[in-house]
Amino acid sequence: MNWKMWSLKKSPWVFHVNTGACNNCDIEIVNLLTPKFDVERFGIKLVGSPRHADALLVTGVGTRQAVIRLREVYRQTPKPCVVFCMGACACGTGIFEGGYHVAGPVDKIIREVDPNAIIAYVPGCPPKPEAMISGVVKALSAI
Amino acid sequence: MSIPLNILFWIVVIPGTVVIGLIASWIVRKVSALVQWRVGPPLLQPLYDIMKLMGKEILVPQEAQQTIFIAAPLVSLAGILLLSIMLWRIAIVQTAFLGDIIVAIYLMTLPSLALILGSSASASPHASIGTAREMKLVMGYELSLVLAFIVVIIKTGGQISLAAIAQQAPVLSISGFLAFLVALLCIQAKLGFVPFDIAEAETELGSGVLMEYSGALLAVWKLAQAVMLVALPLFLVIVFLGGFGAHFLVGLGKYVLALVLIILIKNTNPRVRIDQAMKFFWFYCGITLVIAIILAMIGYYSGIKWL
Repeated sequence: MNWKMWSLKKSPWVFHVNTGACNNCDIEIVNLLTPKFDVERFGIKLVGSPRHADALLVTGVGTRQAVIRLREVYRQTPKPCVVFCMGACACGTGIFEGGYHVAGPVDKIIREVDPNAIIAYVPGCPPKPEAMISGVVKALSAI
Repeated sequence: MSIPLNILFWIVVIPGTVVIGLIASWIVRKVSALVQWRVGPPLLQPLYDIMKLMGKEILVPQEAQQTIFIAAPLVSLAGILLLSIMLWRIAIVQTAFLGDIIVAIYLMTLPSLALILGSSASASPHASIGTAREMKLVMGYELSLVLAFIVVIIKTGGQISLAAIAQQAPVLSISGFLAFLVALLCIQAKLGFVPFDIAEAETELGSGVLMEYSGALLAVWKLAQAVMLVALPLFLVIVFLGGFGAHFLVGLGKYVLALVLIILIKNTNPRVRIDQAMKFFWFYCGITLVIAIILAMIGYYSGIKWL
């Protein structure tokens, strides 16, 4: 295996992007980073700048206001990086499908910038922290 | 020291310092995790982080001053490695030149200066706030740190060679102990640890001064921070705690003691605001050090060792 991908799996630093979520997934993500689940065991660390990030945790449907920002954040993230769609809305717009403010699910927006982006999906409304850990582990072992 | 040993020293010193620095940064994270009742990262975690960052893309902002932006982390790492080589030589071989404490003070300032230069060259509003805070912090603690060393110089009878200072342990007197406490807090600010992580401020500035750095350049910053975890506690050991002496293991124990003190201060305090930090260093530490200097002078002229 490529040493870059191997070390990326050993220490994925995550950056949290909210693209118009109802705050439910965000609460669960913050819950994930508390001492109870202790993701630092796997080297996962929350960072404050997309330039330090290896994985983007994207929540929300991707509203028209948020699309430009999401693309910009994706461009600012050094490659290789992984995009995680957290929750039903980010995976496939969920109950907001066809809404006037919806610019499409997150994967569509990201693929417009980079067709070869690595995208993983964690469905649920909201997904439990255990489901998120499982999703991250599965996605990283599939790379 | 014989010639083969000397050659071995020069071969081992830089990789050894980096390895000890990575282990020290693991100790910082592990002890913080244990304090917060967590399991914490595995031993090789700092190595994985550095490897991963080395393999990533380097993004340089369009409006950044590119030369300074790229040179700053290298200057920081070079300066702090030079300092740690000097300190290891004093600790192990006990050879030094006259006035090296002044050189050491300058080299200790170099990483902070490089941080200010690099972050102000990165053309980011978050980084510029971080830069302003870092500058104020440097102006705050630098005075206290130099005054603390002046106390040590008075205590040791006007010695300005680190090898001569390392023969005595100023911390065993009242003025030396006060100076040691102040210097410990200044080192805390130099390392950018809580309560003085004002410039990095994860929660409000993203990561402040390091905001725009990515890939290998960020890895060099992380390495420089890891080496600072070796050099600065080692400096405290040499200046205040009597150096390594004859036994290497005793010296290593003193180094671990200084490191654990720093980690415990880091984990039991909230972050202060920049004005609180300035007031703390100039007012409270200043008064403490003036008292310490007066005590040290009285002790020196009347020959009382414990003052």
